[in-house]
Amino acid sequence: MPILTITNLHKHFGGVKAINDFSITLEKGKIYGLIGPNGAGKTTIFNTITGIYEPTMGEIFLNGKSVIKKAPYEISNMGIARTFQNIRLFGNLSVLDNVIIACHADAKYGIFEAMTKFGRFKKNEEEIKEKCIKLLQIVGLEEMRDDTAGALPYGHQRKLEIARALATNPSLLLLDEPAAGMNEKESEELVRFIQNIHENFDLTILLIEHHMDFVMSLCDEIAVLNFGSTIAMGTPDEVKRNPAVIEAYLGGEDDA
Amino acid sequence: MSGYVEGVIILVCINVIAVLGVSILTGFTRLFSFGNAGFMAIGAYASAILTTKYGAPFPVALVVGPIIAAIVALGLGKLTLKLKGDYFLITTLGFGESVRLLFLFAEPITGGARGLSGIPPKTTMFIAVGITMLAFLGAWNFLRSKYGRNLMAIREQEIAAEAVGINTAKFKEYSFMISAAYAGMAGALLAHYYMFISPIMFNLPKSAELTITVVIGGLGSLSGSVLATILLTVLPEIFRSAAEYRMLLYGLAVVIIIVLKPSGLMGYREFSLRPIFTLYERIFKKNNPTQTKGDGK
Repeated sequence: MPILTITNLHKHFGGVKAINDFSITLEKGKIYGLIGPNGAGKTTIFNTITGIYEPTMGEIFLNGKSVIKKAPYEISNMGIARTFQNIRLFGNLSVLDNVIIACHADAKYGIFEAMTKFGRFKKNEEEIKEKCIKLLQIVGLEEMRDDTAGALPYGHQRKLEIARALATNPSLLLLDEPAAGMNEKESEELVRFIQNIHENFDLTILLIEHHMDFVMSLCDEIAVLNFGSTIAMGTPDEVKRNPAVIEAYLGGEDDA
Repeated sequence: MSGYVEGVIILVCINVIAVLGVSILTGFTRLFSFGNAGFMAIGAYASAILTTKYGAPFPVALVVGPIIAAIVALGLGKLTLKLKGDYFLITTLGFGESVRLLFLFAEPITGGARGLSGIPPKTTMFIAVGITMLAFLGAWNFLRSKYGRNLMAIREQEIAAEAVGINTAKFKEYSFMISAAYAGMAGALLAHYYMFISPIMFNLPKSAELTITVVIGGLGSLSGSVLATILLTVLPEIFRSAAEYRMLLYGLAVVIIIVLKPSGLMGYREFSLRPIFTLYERIFKKNNPTQTKGDGK
């Protein structure tokens, strides 16, 4: 059974058709890429999947359940985690706290247990802290766990955002331009990093990216978007050879 | 004289409790309220009416007052918490004034502008200090649990908080209710200390004073809020002759702090003794002659 099915999705802002009849089916365990020129509607698709926007038309199913008209937090609790194009960390809090916050669903204690530290509070908190430290070890941020998140170098902030997303125990991870602002070497390292968490956490990943090498070496399948519609879909090799793609995207910006 | 000192301590305690509530709401959730005096009024009148008109025991009044304030906050929050920043603030301002006027006009129950008198003097220093310590400890633990962390997530980055599965609307309601309950508790203690309450005691300047105290102490520091409350309650007592200029001085203090140190006295940090120890070590253990000389001056 596919993990995510989007059928005939439309999102209009006034007269602008940001998403125009977009459909995709994600099989469990694969890595998908979503590419296209600026303004093609990629981030709008992410925002619609995660409930920030309500679609004008169309259906989105996660594991057979519709996510339409659900609040963002409900969709997150259904198993979709995401990162943001412009990083959105809890900037004034520590690295460890950023990840611990995302584990709030693992904390089963009530408000009076929290205020008095009685009951399940201590054991529960210790378990969460342990889980988060392990998570930080996997992403390689364990040493800076007490640093303020907003003061981390850019690349580490991206990793922390991914770690925070993983802490919610997702089955589907959406990454919005994870390699933005990274050089060749850093983005190569990021490919290995994402492959690593993909295996470790039994994830399906959908990512938006402009770095062609990055997408081609990481993704099992790629959807190419232009003006809110899919113009091509297939494996990296198929997409590379598709004339419509070359004309709309790769051809014009080959040197970029 | 000792009675006077006792009175100041009780006043500090009452203000600390009310400010702790505003600190949770404004310092940790970044929701600005100019209506918390309204919740104080609800707590004060509810508890005072219980003890004077129905002969209820003081502990019962102390529990019921905050609960009623919290219930009112839940109702108001359901209506207004979806509004963005400034708009929410304006509704709290309107709420505070409405509550005051409501108590003013409901003369048969509240005594109207003449106030409600004959309240039994039950708030002793022992009770005030004890409840303040419990209130502080409760708030401290609350902020270091999932609840407090979720509120800070909302403060830092609301969209990301939703994206990691936090029901931001629900947790804002929690924050608002707790702040109202704290204000209600402060009001109940106030009523049973002064033995007399009137609507004018819970006016807009009182609400502003609570929020200003939190801003001065540091938006995001519980101990900073306590520190600022003590300063702002005790200083006017010392400079009694200048008491009329209190609001003027508050205003000036806020302007100076926003310009010089926008994060307030404590910023996001909590008060701890560690910096004092490190300072002590730096001065006395290094045996640096210039430093000892400077210290001797």
